[in-house]
Amino acid sequence: MGSWRRWVLAPALLLVVLAACDAIYEDQVGLWDWHQEYIGKVTHAVFQTASGKKRVIVATEKSVVASLNLRSGEIFWRQVLEESEPIDGLQVALGKYAVSLSRGGSLRSFHLPDGSLIWETSLYTSPSPAQLFLLPSDDLLVLKQGIVYVVSSADGRLLWTADLLDERLAQTSLSFEGKNIYVAGFSGSSIALFRIDASTGAFTTLKTTEPLNPSSFVLSSGVFAALDTQGDIVTGLMEGEVVELQKTSLATLLDSPVSSAQLLPDKIPGGCVLSTDGGSIFVLGLDKKGVEVLQQIQGPAVVSNSIVLDGTFAQSFLQRVNSKEIRVRVLSGKEWIETAEETVEVDPNKGGVQKVFMNAYIKTDRSRGFRVLIVGQDHSLALLQQGKVVWSREEALASVVDTLTAELPLEKAGVSVAEVEHDLYEWLKGHVLRLKSTLMLATAEEQTALQALRLNNADKTKMTRDHNGFRKLIVVLTSSGKLFALHTGNGGIVWSRFIPELSTKGSLKLYPWRIPHKHVDENPVALVLGSSHDGTGFAAWVDMLTGSVQETLALPYSVKLALALPLVDSSERRLHLLIDDQNKAHLYPTSDESLSLFEKYMQNVYFYIADKGAGQIEGYNIKSQIDSGEEGGLVFLSQKIWSVLFPKDSETIAAITTRRADEMVHTQAKVLGNRDVWYKYLNKNMVFVATVTPQDSRVGAANPEETWLVAYLIDSVTGQILHRVSHAHAQGPVHAVFSENWVVYCYFNVRNHRHEMSVLEVYDKSADGKDVLQLMLGRYNASVPFSSFSPRNLEVKGQSYFFPSTVRTMSVTFTARGITGKQILVGTIGNQVIALDKRFLDPRRSADPTPMEREEGVIPLSEGLPVFPQSYLTHAARVEELRGIISVPARLESTCLVFAYGIDLFFTRTAPSRTYDSLTEDFSYALLLITIVVLVVAIAVSMVLSQRKELREKWK
Amino acid sequence: MERGSKARKWAIDFGDGASSREVADPPGYSRGASSEIEDASAARQKEKVEASWKQQKAWEIAQAPFRNLFMMGFMMWMAGNTVHLFSIGITFSALWQPISALQGIGKVFEPYKDARTDVLMPKLLFIAMNLVALGMGLWKLNSLGLLPTHASDWVSSLPPPQMVEFSGGVLSS
Repeated sequence: MGSWRRWVLAPALLLVVLAACDAIYEDQVGLWDWHQEYIGKVTHAVFQTASGKKRVIVATEKSVVASLNLRSGEIFWRQVLEESEPIDGLQVALGKYAVSLSRGGSLRSFHLPDGSLIWETSLYTSPSPAQLFLLPSDDLLVLKQGIVYVVSSADGRLLWTADLLDERLAQTSLSFEGKNIYVAGFSGSSIALFRIDASTGAFTTLKTTEPLNPSSFVLSSGVFAALDTQGDIVTGLMEGEVVELQKTSLATLLDSPVSSAQLLPDKIPGGCVLSTDGGSIFVLGLDKKGVEVLQQIQGPAVVSNSIVLDGTFAQSFLQRVNSKEIRVRVLSGKEWIETAEETVEVDPNKGGVQKVFMNAYIKTDRSRGFRVLIVGQDHSLALLQQGKVVWSREEALASVVDTLTAELPLEKAGVSVAEVEHDLYEWLKGHVLRLKSTLMLATAEEQTALQALRLNNADKTKMTRDHNGFRKLIVVLTSSGKLFALHTGNGGIVWSRFIPELSTKGSLKLYPWRIPHKHVDENPVALVLGSSHDGTGFAAWVDMLTGSVQETLALPYSVKLALALPLVDSSERRLHLLIDDQNKAHLYPTSDESLSLFEKYMQNVYFYIADKGAGQIEGYNIKSQIDSGEEGGLVFLSQKIWSVLFPKDSETIAAITTRRADEMVHTQAKVLGNRDVWYKYLNKNMVFVATVTPQDSRVGAANPEETWLVAYLIDSVTGQILHRVSHAHAQGPVHAVFSENWVVYCYFNVRNHRHEMSVLEVYDKSADGKDVLQLMLGRYNASVPFSSFSPRNLEVKGQSYFFPSTVRTMSVTFTARGITGKQILVGTIGNQVIALDKRFLDPRRSADPTPMEREEGVIPLSEGLPVFPQSYLTHAARVEELRGIISVPARLESTCLVFAYGIDLFFTRTAPSRTYDSLTEDFSYALLLITIVVLVVAIAVSMVLSQRKELREKWK
Repeated sequence: MERGSKARKWAIDFGDGASSREVADPPGYSRGASSEIEDASAARQKEKVEASWKQQKAWEIAQAPFRNLFMMGFMMWMAGNTVHLFSIGITFSALWQPISALQGIGKVFEPYKDARTDVLMPKLLFIAMNLVALGMGLWKLNSLGLLPTHASDWVSSLPPPQMVEFSGGVLSS
């Protein structure tokens, strides 16, 4: 019996495996997928131009250390470190190591040419900010809240530490002069000064002649400078046991009354930079004699780091001339360098400059030149040299927060003849090459030409709609407040728009405001919702094809939730309801038409707010319109109608998932192998809520016996709990996807030390027992709308499986009509996307399926979910710090477009049930054509021949 | 009868008019009358034989599908219950044969149809037999799952219902 079963199972499994193999061939990489690498907003940069390749080493907000080509901005190498540990410092030591300091106290050294890790040292474990310095001896110094660590840059060995103070120094400054290291720290009430021997670490605490309570202070070349609260600048030489302080009035020093000022922490050898609230910047010189003003810059300016040049320092200042131009000036000592003054035209779409890094070089005519690397408000990185932008990188794309897709405009009639001829020639050439390749006649050059032709197919990047719906625009909103439109063909940026009014702190979301179906000539419009800099809501309407901002609106309230209602007005604008923090609902667009539309629908609108902290979900409905007062607009009052309270000590909300509003489902019937029908419970208002046992903060406190995950299915209209299931020994984080009538969620099983994926499928059993005659005669109540208030007899089927990888994010494929099978897209800890066939997550899988079930495609039960090497959608690419996966239906029913984003961007397409509705990309039409022609010719020739033969026969 | 005539040593065939033509007929003898009678009786005999033969044939034809039934049944059993080319072919031929036979029922029984032969009963039997064959074909069709006899055949593309209410929400921490 056993062997018999094996013989039946083996082919069944093989079939399943074959069905899952929708991988691509090696030469198909890049045909319809693209991968873009980014690094994020640059926080530290060190130029490395002395020898060999000119490069700049950067560290970013995304915890990436990267080496960029200084000529083109391309990435030589990059290392993605733990994102939860921001990089506090970056230095280049010994001319060959890039050393980064992470927040958790890890010091890592990367080899400059290839980025390989040379050594790694963990100095401490507390997540407190620290600074990294390079000593003149080429050793590294880490200053963390009053503790100094000195580390050998050759091997990362700790040379010495000096614990200066027990109490924490909130603000510190450090400088070195000869053999001494000077440290100044401010503990909140008093200033503390130290002198440390650079070779041994022995330190002396210095006293000041009088107590000091500074607002800001710096140390520079052994001179201490501070601003005290009386508006005086205090300087002192760090020698001896006691530092003698000299006071100079700021007003007399600067020749103008100053209400408040602050010393910038940027290091200048023998000086410091002071910025006043008036926006002016003063460069001060510090020495034994006291303080003097070296140079003054009127108006706001951005100050670069300083470099040592011919015995003195040089520093560049960037000022905005107008919206398009930036003036770059370089100060060396007391004087401006006249030759280095440049006015550079920059893209006004990048916002202001936030950071500048300067580097000097020798021009071909042996004069000195300067280049500056600027970080824009929109996170972009650009290199300015000789009055122009040499290259720029759009690093905002490393922090995508939301996406929408837009259809491209229809192709206009009347294409020029030349274009057609060119196309025809290209087409023929391509097919001849392809035919040669098929017949194995192509040479190596022809093969590469063919591959290049396939990769750079001009059709891919056309700005018009295609028949299969593969060409679209992906509109992405980034956390910097900048919008980009990416073409799905090659990932090229079609337009970008920086909205400076958007605050980067609040949540940012995109909503489809207007998707034209009837008026196809008009452009789709997206609604961008965020918060303005004062914390209230901010809305912008952006044309999705051109990127122009049509309208902006500063809302007088902060938006808690936005609902895109299933109503559109006559100009196809979707009605949106914005819920403010007092649970009042504001209707947009504010027209009479939308009001009358909404009034008819009002009693059917509900919303819920889940509060993680309070451990509850509250449901509301819209009660009545209220007078909005002077604010104007259409405002409605809501009332609370239900609430679900979770026991606070045993359950906290871990995940909430709903169905996508625009999901297409083909049918509500599921036909089984024995020809029974199950009716899917397709309630769009069903919400999946997962709660977990609150985490004990103590290490190792998670007792496997006491952790639970409880999964709820809640109707968000009535608040009714439709289903509840609990999993023992389960722990978050929980990721879930909800599609059609099923939910798939994954969590960690503490007892088995494995990740688990569970599925819940909901069926409506109240329609059972209808006989065939009833169905034949009248259409079963398909047209009856579904209400959450009519009770249904539900049956929930569930099952759990082990999953071999850690999940970062989860998504599911969507197709145009919902006929094609589903794949679950799993973003793994390895930053890859796995397409997992939904059939593996079927609750009806059993150890021994009946022949009927087997015929239906039910796979025999196994405890784990299989991951085949072919099911990696990202093939060899890695989407670093993968955060989200978006799937968009193409017009071709079999195919779904997949866009994954993290620090990198990746786009591909997948066909969950294979491309059953189209020929493959490399189908040889030429071969088909030639075969037909040859056959027709052969028929004609043989006809003539047979006629002749017949004639001869007859004459005999 | 034939065999009997051969057993005799001699015989005069009075029926053969050609040999006795030279001899005048005896008075009162009417040649024509005797032959008529003779003819009539022979014809009657012949007709009778023919009719019974026709009847027999008609019954035979009416029973012919019966043999086919076993053949068809065997073929169907061999074809199995999965849908593929072979089973479909057999099922459709099993359906087509009785239907075409029923269509041509008039032609089949035409040669045997006259006033004296009763073809009604064979016809009925023939129809019954073919209906049985048709039934078997339909049963096979059903067992292949090609007849819309289940609820699933009528609701498989039932569109999802419209929602009355609309709801949306957010998770705030």
